[in-house]
Amino acid sequence: MIPELGHLALILALCLAAAQSVFGLAGAFWRRAEWMAVVRPAVAGQFVFVALAFGCLTAAFLGNDFSVNYVALNSNSALPAFYRVAAVWGAHEGSLLLWILVLATWSLAVAALSRSLPDTFIARVLGVLGLISAGFMTFTLATSNPFTRLMPPAMDGNDLNPLLQDFALAVHPPILYTGYVGFAVAFAFACAAMLEGRLDQSWARWTRPWTIGAWIFLTIGIALGSWWAYYELGWGGWWFWDPVENASFMPWLAGTALIHSLAVTEKRGLFRGWTLLLAIFAFSLSLLGTFLVRSGVLISVHAFATDPARGVFVLTFLTLCIGGALTLYAWRAPKLGSTAGFELWSRESFLLFNNILLVIAAALILLGTLYPLFMDGLGLGKISVGPPYFRAVFLVPMLPLLALVGIGMHASWKRARLGDVKRPLLLALLVALVFALGISLWAFGRTTTLALVGLTAGLWIIYSSLRDPISRLRKRQSLSAAVLGMSIAHFGVGVFTIGVAGVEAYKIEKDVALKPGQSAKVGGYDFAFRGLRNVDGPNYSAIEGEFDVTRNGSMVRVLRPQKRTYRVQTSPMTEAAITVGWTRDLFVALGDSLGGDAWSVRIQYKPLIRYVWLGALFMAFGGLVAASDRRYRTVRASEALPADSAARDTA
Amino acid sequence: MWRYLLPLGGLAILVVFFFVGLHREPSAIPSPLIGKTAPAFSLPSVEDPGHQVTNADYGGRIYVLNVWGTWCVGCRDEHSALLAIARSSAVPIIGLNWKDDRPLAIQWLKELGNPYKECAFDSDGRVAIDWGVYGAPETFLIDTNGVVIHKHIAPLTEAVWQRDFLPLIRARQGTTP
Amino acid sequence: MRRLLVGLVLTFMCLATYAVDSGETLDDPALQARYEQLIGDLRCLVCQNESIADSNAPLAADLRREVREMLRAGKQDQEILRFMTDRYGDFVLFRPPFVARTWLLWFAPILLLVAGAIIGVRIVRQRDRLARADNDDSDLDTGPT
Repeated sequence: MIPELGHLALILALCLAAAQSVFGLAGAFWRRAEWMAVVRPAVAGQFVFVALAFGCLTAAFLGNDFSVNYVALNSNSALPAFYRVAAVWGAHEGSLLLWILVLATWSLAVAALSRSLPDTFIARVLGVLGLISAGFMTFTLATSNPFTRLMPPAMDGNDLNPLLQDFALAVHPPILYTGYVGFAVAFAFACAAMLEGRLDQSWARWTRPWTIGAWIFLTIGIALGSWWAYYELGWGGWWFWDPVENASFMPWLAGTALIHSLAVTEKRGLFRGWTLLLAIFAFSLSLLGTFLVRSGVLISVHAFATDPARGVFVLTFLTLCIGGALTLYAWRAPKLGSTAGFELWSRESFLLFNNILLVIAAALILLGTLYPLFMDGLGLGKISVGPPYFRAVFLVPMLPLLALVGIGMHASWKRARLGDVKRPLLLALLVALVFALGISLWAFGRTTTLALVGLTAGLWIIYSSLRDPISRLRKRQSLSAAVLGMSIAHFGVGVFTIGVAGVEAYKIEKDVALKPGQSAKVGGYDFAFRGLRNVDGPNYSAIEGEFDVTRNGSMVRVLRPQKRTYRVQTSPMTEAAITVGWTRDLFVALGDSLGGDAWSVRIQYKPLIRYVWLGALFMAFGGLVAASDRRYRTVRASEALPADSAARDTA
Repeated sequence: MWRYLLPLGGLAILVVFFFVGLHREPSAIPSPLIGKTAPAFSLPSVEDPGHQVTNADYGGRIYVLNVWGTWCVGCRDEHSALLAIARSSAVPIIGLNWKDDRPLAIQWLKELGNPYKECAFDSDGRVAIDWGVYGAPETFLIDTNGVVIHKHIAPLTEAVWQRDFLPLIRARQGTTP
Repeated sequence: MRRLLVGLVLTFMCLATYAVDSGETLDDPALQARYEQLIGDLRCLVCQNESIADSNAPLAADLRREVREMLRAGKQDQEILRFMTDRYGDFVLFRPPFVARTWLLWFAPILLLVAGAIIGVRIVRQRDRLARADNDDSDLDTGPT
């Protein structure tokens, strides 16, 4: 009964989404207030029914209803309750429903928090969001219904993939989707503006907090995925340039560029065409990611069970969505010129090059990810593009960008006035270089060029980002949330850079064969293998090794890596043991039994790796602070007047 | 003016590639051996370790090399098709038992039937690597000059035999095999 | 259903554990360094997202063995890579080869950087001209944001 209820709820939600889009877009076009009045209730209704559908699916999982095919394939009665909920989005159909729920939630938030915006504009925004919702719901109902029954019901389920039975990975999809899907709001704002023919500074001010909000979630979601891969997959790697990882990173790059471009549009009414394009690109790249994971076009560890029929559907939807937006762009963009100016050395200039470099980075990753597809499609054979390519190529736009970040923060609008800050920044650069050299030689005994560049850049950016807020606080000057947030976020960039430079240049990985009683020395630490024992978990049994980690004789930690066998799916899983520190991680993982008492063990020394994720957290936190700035919350009396700004719009 | 249509144009090109890509197998790797001389090997046979299976013995004849293992699910699927093809065709099928357990392999052939003229036992996988094997089952077609002319990845079926292998065999031999 | 099972087995093999090569290191540290570099650059054809260094598949272990033996036999890195591409094609290389059909891929960074610089400079020059012509500084903030 409950699954059928869920199915019905989804159908009703589709009807409401359709109503939302028809009444919203047509009502705005014909300026019919009574039609536009339907939109907000439709959004609320859509949300309620989507939540109901999602709730029904969750109930089926929690209640172990194995007569539902999707539940039987992805869950098991021995699965702890928390993971039974996480299993809801463990495979294609359920994750689509999650996507739809997240979009419905964002739509509700937009409907609720935009009372001060003009009616026609918000009707258009919600109308576009309704079209996207309707598209995804149709896709789900037509090709990927999570509520189909399995007759006769299974005795018990297949169990959730043991890899997904982990807290970080359980929450990673919802957070990531909140980010991904959140860019639909910026996209809808852009489409609404193009439909209205109004694209001014207030539009930029409305769009910005929504964009930052989505960006925050995407930053956290990507960082979570990276952190999970690091401790769960046992290789000690934190980024693999896997096609689907790239698919989440590209919207992030576009989103970062969008936030910066919106700043310029909001302040000076410039870069409007670029801002529009970036808003379209960010969401397009999200949609592209959705397509890549579910269509089988690219090989990826993240890919869901592939089905070309589904792929065709998603591709068609993607084409209509993005094609429509780009057509609107081609129609409106020619009229977006402006006569405002800025000097060679100015904040606008820095932001322009910032955006160009970010877009180049995204384009390079896109090219590398899709190149095998191009080659194969043209019949030119199969090649593969892997991490060595991406690592080398990504640095090309990133290194100049780091230089720009450090200086650009201090540039003023229209005319940079960097005179005061030139000397301190130069001095700081030298100091950073000395520090970087010192740390490298003292802690690691060696240096590499890239490590030096990375550490220097990171330290310098940290100084640069903190200089302004600290001096303002000292002089008791005002410090707006926007400026503080920006500083924190850029501080995060510096921290991140230090982490990446440190771990990639100075990490040590050793594979050794050890018998109980033997020890290995890695990175200045001693790892003594004490022995093995058997342990039992809720749905697995494991062999656990014990390692005493010491440094110069004093005990650091006892590490207990496990090799687990999950009872239902029976393949062995490695659980690495990690000890975390401010300066390094130590990482031990069990391999295979080598006969006798010997076991193969992988030991890793990972300096500064925590700063990779800490940096990302600071970036997200900075975004949160910036988005809370007062100017996004005050209601302006002039919101509803399009006349004067529209006149300034034309060149 | 036209530059505003560039993004749309870019999208169109991408979408075309995606549509094409949807109907392809990204994980199937074409063999660089096609059109080249088949790697020579001489391995002990599965049933009788004293007897060597040498593909040079088949010089001047068309033959098929089928890579399999008892651990391979797809090989089980294709076994009945292999038996049917062996019965209906004069083209010899040489087996390459890849990194398998010898007793298990012998028992398999005994229980399920033996479609192979001879079956070589590749214990360390070196010969398989020479042939560019990456996932069983794989089936190669070698012509009278010892040149590899076709490779099929995934279980062989009679339909595939008819569609892909027979035309090539007929073209090389000029007679019905 | 079969395909689903095969798919699940592959997923587990490729994700569940990682390759630990202990006891299979080379004595000469220079050779060992080359070995680690080479196996990181070769794609595993079973777990196609991993290098043969990281992959748990039996084929990966076999290929690592081949690389070790070729290194001990004194072969050059290029010869070892060519051994692999002769048998598996360019797909086995993580780093795409530098040939005519991949020129776009390899030249893209520098091409895009140059294009970006040209576009950027043109825009900045145009705006700079407008700024110098514009005498109205009154609505200008003096600080960031």
